[in-house]
Amino acid sequence: MADIGEGGGGGHKKGPGVKKSKKQSTRVDLTAMVDLGFLLITFFIFTTTMSTPTAMNLFLPKDTEKPEEQNKAKASGALTIMLGKDRNVFYYEGILADDGSNFKSDNFSGIRDVILNKKKSTDDKDLVIVIKPTKEAKFRDVVDALDEMTINEVKRYALVDISEPEQQLIDLTVEAGGGGK
Amino acid sequence: MGRPKIARKSTWVDMTAFVDVAFLLLSFFILTTKFKPPEAVSVVTPNSVSSKAAEEQDQCLVTLSPDGKVYLSYSEEERKIQVVDDLNKRLNLQLTPDEVKKAGKAEFFATPLSQLKSFLNLPKEEMAKGSSMPGIPCKDSTSNELTEWIASTTTVFLGEKLHLMVKGDKDATYPVFKNVIDAFKKSDQLKFKIITNQEPLPLNSPAAESAAKKAKGGAAE
Repeated sequence: MADIGEGGGGGHKKGPGVKKSKKQSTRVDLTAMVDLGFLLITFFIFTTTMSTPTAMNLFLPKDTEKPEEQNKAKASGALTIMLGKDRNVFYYEGILADDGSNFKSDNFSGIRDVILNKKKSTDDKDLVIVIKPTKEAKFRDVVDALDEMTINEVKRYALVDISEPEQQLIDLTVEAGGGGK
Repeated sequence: MGRPKIARKSTWVDMTAFVDVAFLLLSFFILTTKFKPPEAVSVVTPNSVSSKAAEEQDQCLVTLSPDGKVYLSYSEEERKIQVVDDLNKRLNLQLTPDEVKKAGKAEFFATPLSQLKSFLNLPKEEMAKGSSMPGIPCKDSTSNELTEWIASTTTVFLGEKLHLMVKGDKDATYPVFKNVIDAFKKSDQLKFKIITNQEPLPLNSPAAESAAKKAKGGAAE
């Protein structure tokens, strides 16, 4: 077990004629106990849930019909981000042009720079980011987009449904093979 | 001249310290371990930079499975009974008091209200099978039964702390999530939490910089 061969270190030589009284060893073999201990440790390591889930807060605006209660956003400070299929992201600044000329496509790794540039170029209190997920967006994309708001410290943002012309523009872009490079 | 004697050394190792360490670690893991609470279905939550731990008490948890089903669960047994009782009275589901009491034993609710009676009469093992349940219907605004559940939840938790949480699989689609939000909005529950896994803040982002600033300020004080 824990010793190999014969332990002959103990016990000194006694002179001839001295009766040998056999000393009983009080050492206990602990190997089995260690085995058991580590077996249990491995069990608990595997079953334990070390990473406790975290929660991100989300506050919804109240649905209201009265225009005076609705939040107003300056067109110059608005950035609309649309989440499409396969983690494609589309965005435009201000109001969508009729010909769709300010409609751009990007992906999640590039959108941070877009937000940061917008943040730099606009006044802090005018900046509003509108997140519009399409029907094909995944839950993960929505959470990632909301996360970008935290990462870039955007104070005002909203989760809004997509409108018909925007959806059409996205469809057209995807058909043309654009989006998410 | 005889051969020089080689002293035979014992190879016995003192295991006591080893055992000490082993059992110290063992007791640490026993005390810190928390067994996973039973889940309706296994979902993989998305990552976020949020570092706040999710509350475990007084929670009302809406789970979104990857195939678009919606499950509802409460952390306390009595809340389940109270909510089902409230639903029963308000919508006249014709549940007996005995059946209402059985709701406390259900891990989650995942059936249309019309099937709630038969769901509560299922044996316990059958009840815990999340994947075979149809889920709470909330496909569109006309047949959104989650609205009723949330309305009852609001009544039950009135004036008390309620942690409304959404735990979605990362592959759940946005329309499902939107219907859940709509159900919350109908009951004026405008504040909720999304359960995520923590990930570190990306470098050179404004949030990371202000967090570093804060840490520096804290150290200077």
